Amino acid sequence: MSKPKFAMYWAASCGGCEIAVLNIHEKILDVDANFEVVFWPVAMDAKYKDVEAMEDGSILLTLFNGGIRNDENEHIAKLLRKKSQILVAFGSCACEGCIPGLANFSPIQQVVDTAFSTVSTDNPENVRPQPSYDMPEGTIHIPTLYPVLRTLDQVVDVDYYMPGCPPESHQIAAVIDLVIQVLQGKAQLPPKGSVIGAGGSTVCDECKRKRNEKTIKEFGRIQLMHADPELCLLEQGIPCNGPATRSGCNARCPSAGAQCIGCYGPAEGVVDYGARLVSAFASVIDSNDPAEIDRILDGLVDPAGQFYRFNLAGSLLRAAKPAWKSGD
Amino acid sequence: MSDEKKPQERVGVYVCHCGTNIAGVVNVAEVSEWAGREMAKEGVVVARDYKFMCSSLGQELIQKDIKEHGLTRVVVAACSPHLHEKTFRTACNGGGLNPYLCELVSIREQVSWVHTDKSAATEKAKAIVAGGVRRVVHHEPLEPLHVPIHPATLVVGGGIAGIQAALEIAEAGYPVYLVEREPTIGGHMAQFDKTFPTLDCSACILTPKMVDAGNHPNITLLTYSEVEKVDGYVGNFVVTIRKRARSVNEELCTGCGICWEKCPKKVIDDKFEAGLGYRKAVYVPFPQAVPKYPVIDRENCTYYQKGTCKACEKFCPTGAIDFAQEDQVMTVEVGNILLATGWQLFDARKIPNYGYGRLANVFTSLEFERLSNAAGPTGGNIVLRDGKTVPKSVAIVHCVGSRDKNYNNYCSAICCMQSLKFAHLVKEKTGATVYNFYIDIRTPGKGYDEFYQRLIEEGTLFVRGKVAEITDAARNPGEEGKLIVQVEDTLVGKQRRIPVDMVILSAGLEPQPDAKEVAKKFGISCSADGFYIERHPKLDPVATMTEGIYLAGCVQGPKDIPSSVAQGAAAAARIVGKIQQKEIALEPVRATVNQEQCSGCRICNNLCPFNAILFHEDRMVSEVNPALCQGCGTCVAACPAGAISGTGFSNEQILSQIEGLLMLNLSSKEAAAA
Amino acid sequence: MSEETKSFEPTIIGFTCNWCSYRAADMAGTARMKYAPNVRLIRLMCSGRLDPTFVFKAFANGADGVLVSGCHPGDCHYINQNYKMLRRFHLMKRVLAQMGIEPERIKLLWASAAEGAIFAEEVNKFVEQVRALGPLNWHPGNGAASTVHTPMSAEEVPA
Repeated sequence: MSKPKFAMYWAASCGGCEIAVLNIHEKILDVDANFEVVFWPVAMDAKYKDVEAMEDGSILLTLFNGGIRNDENEHIAKLLRKKSQILVAFGSCACEGCIPGLANFSPIQQVVDTAFSTVSTDNPENVRPQPSYDMPEGTIHIPTLYPVLRTLDQVVDVDYYMPGCPPESHQIAAVIDLVIQVLQGKAQLPPKGSVIGAGGSTVCDECKRKRNEKTIKEFGRIQLMHADPELCLLEQGIPCNGPATRSGCNARCPSAGAQCIGCYGPAEGVVDYGARLVSAFASVIDSNDPAEIDRILDGLVDPAGQFYRFNLAGSLLRAAKPAWKSGD
Repeated sequence: MSDEKKPQERVGVYVCHCGTNIAGVVNVAEVSEWAGREMAKEGVVVARDYKFMCSSLGQELIQKDIKEHGLTRVVVAACSPHLHEKTFRTACNGGGLNPYLCELVSIREQVSWVHTDKSAATEKAKAIVAGGVRRVVHHEPLEPLHVPIHPATLVVGGGIAGIQAALEIAEAGYPVYLVEREPTIGGHMAQFDKTFPTLDCSACILTPKMVDAGNHPNITLLTYSEVEKVDGYVGNFVVTIRKRARSVNEELCTGCGICWEKCPKKVIDDKFEAGLGYRKAVYVPFPQAVPKYPVIDRENCTYYQKGTCKACEKFCPTGAIDFAQEDQVMTVEVGNILLATGWQLFDARKIPNYGYGRLANVFTSLEFERLSNAAGPTGGNIVLRDGKTVPKSVAIVHCVGSRDKNYNNYCSAICCMQSLKFAHLVKEKTGATVYNFYIDIRTPGKGYDEFYQRLIEEGTLFVRGKVAEITDAARNPGEEGKLIVQVEDTLVGKQRRIPVDMVILSAGLEPQPDAKEVAKKFGISCSADGFYIERHPKLDPVATMTEGIYLAGCVQGPKDIPSSVAQGAAAAARIVGKIQQKEIALEPVRATVNQEQCSGCRICNNLCPFNAILFHEDRMVSEVNPALCQGCGTCVAACPAGAISGTGFSNEQILSQIEGLLMLNLSSKEAAAA
Repeated sequence: MSEETKSFEPTIIGFTCNWCSYRAADMAGTARMKYAPNVRLIRLMCSGRLDPTFVFKAFANGADGVLVSGCHPGDCHYINQNYKMLRRFHLMKRVLAQMGIEPERIKLLWASAAEGAIFAEEVNKFVEQVRALGPLNWHPGNGAASTVHTPMSAEEVPA
């Protein structure tokens, strides 16, 4: 009997998710032992037409990482959806847009300009990519950018979500174990739409720092202050996203002395990750005076960036108005 | 929010005409047809419009549909939930549906009564119905929370309304704390001479009630005391009361009166005698005061100011004077609170053209009460400010500070009858010519208009017109040494100048100067003019929007003695009824923390003003105590993990309502774009 | 005002407190005061229940403006919860501005149960304020799906 088929794809992402998968060390051998890897552009050669030729639903499991930035991403997302029984939004980009989704704050024009004209860019003729170009040999195409980056589930139906930037290797290993156990009939898949490879609470649940009732008199930036290594960072005025961020990473950043930046995304049932932080941080500001509240808030230099670093594309508003307007 | 959801609930939509109140502006048939058609995919199986949904036939309609159509949710589009939410919940309950599975949306107060464009109003009504339907499918069956009611009651204010209420509750066998700011109970009524329209002596009918209240075993009298703080909630209030130091030991004092006889310090009594008489630094406001113990007014006492005197202490036969006595702060537990804090007199100095405070013989109504009172400073002789001259002509000015947009818009309700009473007393005691200057005569009480007719027959003169000025600037010899009332007689259409010896300003009733702070202390609402807002202006004038807090007397609005007594008794009956139920069912709107999801981040811990959130150090999770939670939802909104949910106002309910309210909007925008 | 904004009828979602502003709206009704039909109200028990999610949701679903109202400072039925909303409101406004939503599209109104007239008047003012801004018509999803962007030719390089 042939082994079940496995695919992994990267859309708009950095490649960190692939590395995290390889980071499961010898466990990767279990993947090979239990699956036939049919499509994984970063690890093996394959052509889209080979995937197109597969029967619908013939791939058992696809880990899809990256957001939908261009028409190629969208095409492959739809293709893999058709060919896969289980499609997992793998990593923060596919789940909620992640860092590439931050481009949703700006008009696409500006994004392209930034990419092709920064100080470190060697582009003396100031050229810009064109979606199609006529050459003597014929017309060639490159993928067309969309004005707004979308998450995987804004384009196709998604079965499971696995958050993290990237997902922690121990969580990937656990998920692979689970799938293998399901194949062997020893376990059952969680309900469709579930978040897998993560905890059910938030980062504070795993954070060892001491904490008290919270009141914030001042927000500060961690690089500019001597933070108490034992005490909750937020209580020290450092905007730590831990209270709103799904657990599962063992509170990696706060344990290492840095604030949580929210890569594991919202907790179970939360509709808008950033709104949770807006509400929570503001609620514990220690002032009833509008002017003082404003002064305290001035300490948060980039609130939308702070609250939506990983979640802008997956938020209720999805993109700032200049970004989506640039598509009109 | 999930697109693939199939309607699992069977929703009935009922659009009320409210006669023409709604149907006159909103096309109710169109709204119900639209709901039946367009909201079918949302679960609507029945949509009807009906003349009066709140009528028994309207309610039966819902009950019948619940049975016949197997409804699992009901949306009624009618008036404000503050009016009929209970009605429709009860109707659903009667039909076998959990009452909390019903949602009442307002298309009367929020649509038909405030909009004129019929098509815009109809579209808005549809959006509101859509919001209700989307919301109601997320409702959960709930049971009200039952909390015990403490049998004691706090009555604040010892005027006639408060005394009446305290006596009624005490008679029913329940303990009452009667708190009064002044050294005695009795309130303004104790200052009055006669009461209209029967002309009984005010003290004669009031003082027996004061004595009853003072002696009643179920009443704890706390005079010279004020409420400092109110904690807790209906059934279980904890009230902090400051009992100010009287400097008199109540255990030892017999009320013999030697102290105030011997006290060398005379003080103008601007409280009880309205500034017309004197009292001593140690005093009881009036001889029949309850309790009988005096207080030492430390501001004016020679000993407290200069360190010597102690005459009272020297002469006190029982050694009751205690200069070292301190304020006592006590807490009491009560189940219900009645506010009967009364009124203050409009300050007539605010109308400079009436000359009060400048022209000696212009008196206020309270001053006149004291003048006319046999126990007052003149022994009941109606005389001018010189203390001896009997006036030959008297003007009584109505509506001073009332029905006047420069001061108070409202009618003070008692001034007409009070002025007629004054006219009668002046006539009876002095035989003077009496003029009444009025805008309208309002005599709507029992025996009131008969009293007015009697005054006309007695020969009192009535001039219809608002007095422009009262002056002592004579223009002709006949006006010399007189006060001249300048008025437009609107019945004759002529300016008139009427010289008189004395003017009585029938000043209006105003809320107490600290009414707003007191309202805040008790967590109730104050109207713009400062009177407290009752639960319903017609159907529930004794309760407030805050469960367990009731109103009686002028604190709720100007009213006469019979109405104050009636309201005090009515509030008492309500409170006794509540006590007898032993427990009260509260709205089950409460927050709960999902213990699995809570990460113990402690954001919520100091957000609750009722201290309902506890943090368990051992398990590192927070928990809401449902007995203390008041259901405001602040912690629900603040929880970064989304671990706190609030019944009745869950995220799903509100987000779905937003979707519903905007549903029509989106489709019309999409339609416009297409 | 342009022709477009003159004929434009904004849709406004209003969040009200059960104890004050919702009752102010009731009072405006009982007194038959007239105001613009553009606002659709949601009742919360307290303005402290206002979750920024609700505001984002309203804009995302097509609202042109959002009204947030509560008891006057110091008058909260729940002692001081309106201050917690006030703090959120300030932060929320900053985030919305970064999202390209004009601060004039969101309004904070303190209104007591007695202030029906103020409620009606402020709603009217706000409707005009939002009308002047024109439609918001939030549609990032549609924008991405229907309109494929064509990157442009080279232009001048920012320094």
